[in-house]
Amino acid sequence: MALKLADYKTNVHNDWCAGCGDFGILNAVQMALSEMQIPTDRAAIFSGIGCSGKTPHFINAFGIHTLHGRVLPFAQGAKLANPDLEIIAVGGDGDGLGIGAGHFVGAGRKNVDLPYILFNNAVYGLTKGQASPTLKLGVKTKSLAVPNANNSVNPISLALVAGFTFIARSYSYDVRHLKDIIKRAIQHKGLAYVDVLQPCPTYNDINTREWFQGQGIFDQNGKTIPRIYKIEDQGYDGVVKNLDDQDQKAIQVILKANEWGDKIPIGVFYQNELIPTYHERISESIKDYFECPPAKEIILDDTRKSNANFENIMKKFRIDS
Amino acid sequence: MSNFDFANSINWLIGGAQGSGVDSAANVFSNTCAHAGFYIYGKREFYSNIKGEHSYFSIRVSEDQVHSGVDDIDVLVSFDAETIFRHSDRVIAGGAILYDTSIGNVTLSEVPTIDSHAASKISSYLLNSNNESSIQGVLNYARSKGCKIFGLPYFDMVSELSKRINEPGLSKLSRTINIIAISASLALLNFDKNQVFDGIKNVFAAKPKIIPVNIAAADYAYYYVDNNFGENKLRSKVPNREKLSNHILILGSQAAAIGKIAAGCRFQTYYPITPASDDSEFLEANQVFDLADGTKGSMLVVQTEDEIAAITMAIGGALTGVRSATATSGPGFSLMAEALGWAGMNEVPLVVTMYQRAGPSTGLPTRHEQSDLLFAINAGHGEFPKIVYASGDIEESFYDSLRVFNYAEKFQLPVIHMLDKAIASSIMTIPNFDSSTISIDRGKFVKEVGADSPNLGEANNYRRFKFEDDHISPRVSLGTKNAIFWNTGDEHTEEGHISEDPDVRIKMMEKRMGKLETIIGQISEADKLVSYDFPNSNGKYVVISWGSTKGPILDALKRLSREGSSMKFIQIKLLHPFPADTLEKYLNGSSVIIDIEMNFSCQLGQLIKQHNLRKANYLIVKYNGRPMSSNEVYSSLNNILQGKGKSREVLTNGA
Repeated sequence: MALKLADYKTNVHNDWCAGCGDFGILNAVQMALSEMQIPTDRAAIFSGIGCSGKTPHFINAFGIHTLHGRVLPFAQGAKLANPDLEIIAVGGDGDGLGIGAGHFVGAGRKNVDLPYILFNNAVYGLTKGQASPTLKLGVKTKSLAVPNANNSVNPISLALVAGFTFIARSYSYDVRHLKDIIKRAIQHKGLAYVDVLQPCPTYNDINTREWFQGQGIFDQNGKTIPRIYKIEDQGYDGVVKNLDDQDQKAIQVILKANEWGDKIPIGVFYQNELIPTYHERISESIKDYFECPPAKEIILDDTRKSNANFENIMKKFRIDS
Repeated sequence: MSNFDFANSINWLIGGAQGSGVDSAANVFSNTCAHAGFYIYGKREFYSNIKGEHSYFSIRVSEDQVHSGVDDIDVLVSFDAETIFRHSDRVIAGGAILYDTSIGNVTLSEVPTIDSHAASKISSYLLNSNNESSIQGVLNYARSKGCKIFGLPYFDMVSELSKRINEPGLSKLSRTINIIAISASLALLNFDKNQVFDGIKNVFAAKPKIIPVNIAAADYAYYYVDNNFGENKLRSKVPNREKLSNHILILGSQAAAIGKIAAGCRFQTYYPITPASDDSEFLEANQVFDLADGTKGSMLVVQTEDEIAAITMAIGGALTGVRSATATSGPGFSLMAEALGWAGMNEVPLVVTMYQRAGPSTGLPTRHEQSDLLFAINAGHGEFPKIVYASGDIEESFYDSLRVFNYAEKFQLPVIHMLDKAIASSIMTIPNFDSSTISIDRGKFVKEVGADSPNLGEANNYRRFKFEDDHISPRVSLGTKNAIFWNTGDEHTEEGHISEDPDVRIKMMEKRMGKLETIIGQISEADKLVSYDFPNSNGKYVVISWGSTKGPILDALKRLSREGSSMKFIQIKLLHPFPADTLEKYLNGSSVIIDIEMNFSCQLGQLIKQHNLRKANYLIVKYNGRPMSSNEVYSSLNNILQGKGKSREVLTNGA
């Protein structure tokens, strides 16, 4: 029986603010799972802390709402122990790029096969609007006492240099585009980063929905030109087809990622499946890792005794031979 | 031949600059003696340094089982000046010092790695005995005490060896100086040289290329000793010993790691830290192993970017049903505190192997202490259940590994397995491991859930935190059919959804904290604490301790027992939840409690005060970074028995 979109929803009351960009992301994740017909009990959504952290509770799949900043190591642990699970990590910009930035870089180096969807609204919403790591320098959103004194981190570029092998951006109010990007991120073999631009209607009064959609920018006829545009429409191709292309593609990502202001690019910035995943690297030393990952190891015999035979290991310690 | 009497035990010590082969030399020595049928207890001391600072390995070779080190040295083996300066004063009358004749003129100030504090101690004892601050001065002093000095001209010996084996590469051969040194000591002790050759083959089994040159070096050392000191050997014969049947010689960190393989741990994460990394590195080197049915099993070991990632990644693994662990030491454990609370809140079985070292902060990074007990018990904000379980020696650290994984799964919580530097970097001859003595108990781990399971709750979701009489809910792993559940660090419903309802909060707090009572009820007395009795015990006194102080306490009490007046010893293994009733029962009529701990503030003593309302009458503590020796514990206990004990005695021995 085919799974319907409704099968991926829970009856948990959703307490996000009206107009929150999170709703678009939640819908897009559920649509992607449904279109891909991923069984609800094979998927596990891992989240960090903040408004975005509540996401798993609204999705009818295993939901693991972890600690602030630590979603990636939790999610990688589960995926490494059982690669048959469809693990999806979600989190906010403060969560992933502030307190969790070390794990963001650490995860890039490993390239575990899972998507990480970052809810990027440039503020810490749940703690009432402090500046997040993606808020631009000098910007004063409404709950800041003084303009932001920190420069912003560019998550697309950071993902690239950290080693993520799929890097994309979408916009929470373009749910169809976002859903397609999330599907590609899930299908990608390796660690995928999806940067989702979203307004925080309560605390970010600068990067609002109207702003993203072109507020203050007009064409010759006085019509608003949306800031957001799709890079693929301009012929951009971020897919690395052979390893010699890597450097050129990487330069292209940095240049594209630096666009901000009147023109904001969305789409797939980079995809490189030529880099081995961490699972593949493991299978170099543990040959049967994919058939028998940790979660499938049998550890006891019929009499409930350990089934490990460590006589070979003990040989060098024996003193009676 | 000398009539020197070593009683039934020798304390042998080798020192040298880190990176100069002290460890391999000590391994060959201990392996040789162990294969000859002697019991071994060895401990390694080293600086937080890669090359150049002073490290040493002291090894007791005994006809009876020994569990600890002693301070007096019978045989001191050296190939540098620093070892002579630092250790000669502890060589007993009649003991032996082996030294390099080419360093005879080295003065104390010429050894830059001897810090000013150590240097002033050395020069003051030399000054007091009218000796100059040089190697000659040290040796004169030792000679005057009755020590035997054996000069070995290592450079000439290497040149001679070069001719003997027709190998002109002197710098290559100079790497055998450590083997020449220990072989000379074994020759002086009259061990059969073939046993030394076997020791070399055993220790260098993984590097067969270097075996012949080391055997040639040992052979030459024997020749040299026979020719030069033949009349002065330390003893005329070696006691004839049967091989210790079904015994092993193993490091503590290796025992604990093998215990994890036996326990079914199949996922371990770590961030490098001394002394815990040895555990993870051993597992990495043995990640694929045999199973009883002839197939292969494996453990995935992952090095993470920090300790926060280590513990959270291990928790992620545990959620898939895998027995998971992380290993760390104090500084890393500090970083893990928040995630420990998450595991407690979400009732995740997790083992944290905690190799204590001297703190606070980086403290003495490579030295020993047992000062993290109260921290382990209280780690993490808020209130949640956990188990803190401490092993007392190398053998226990294997069997306790099996226990702690059982506890983690049975009670669904994080278990902190307390080990320490003294266990981790000591070696001991012990009976070979037998994992069949402890069954694997996975508790209420449910593999399949039917669509009509009573464990399903609201919206047919799985009640991962279902209320049960024993407070332990049937657990499923991620991916179990019909069993979707949620986890959250927030307070939650039985299904795992966030709830701030005051009634839910009360029930969930009582569920989680109620597990502590379940634990006390279900863990056997024998696993909570071990009580040791000795002949000639005075029932009035009882020694209480935890962790690796067990070794020196046992050896001290045995000696007191031999001498006619000893006492009982209670080693507490389950430290949280605290087995107050069991302890009360075993304290029985003892009215005088002696608390022995390797920390400043008597942390176990505080627990006993809190839970048993009993105050220790005597405190014996140590916090200089060096494990307690059995002789200093013996002296303190003997003083107490003689009515001369201090209410708080601080032990200070160790180099």
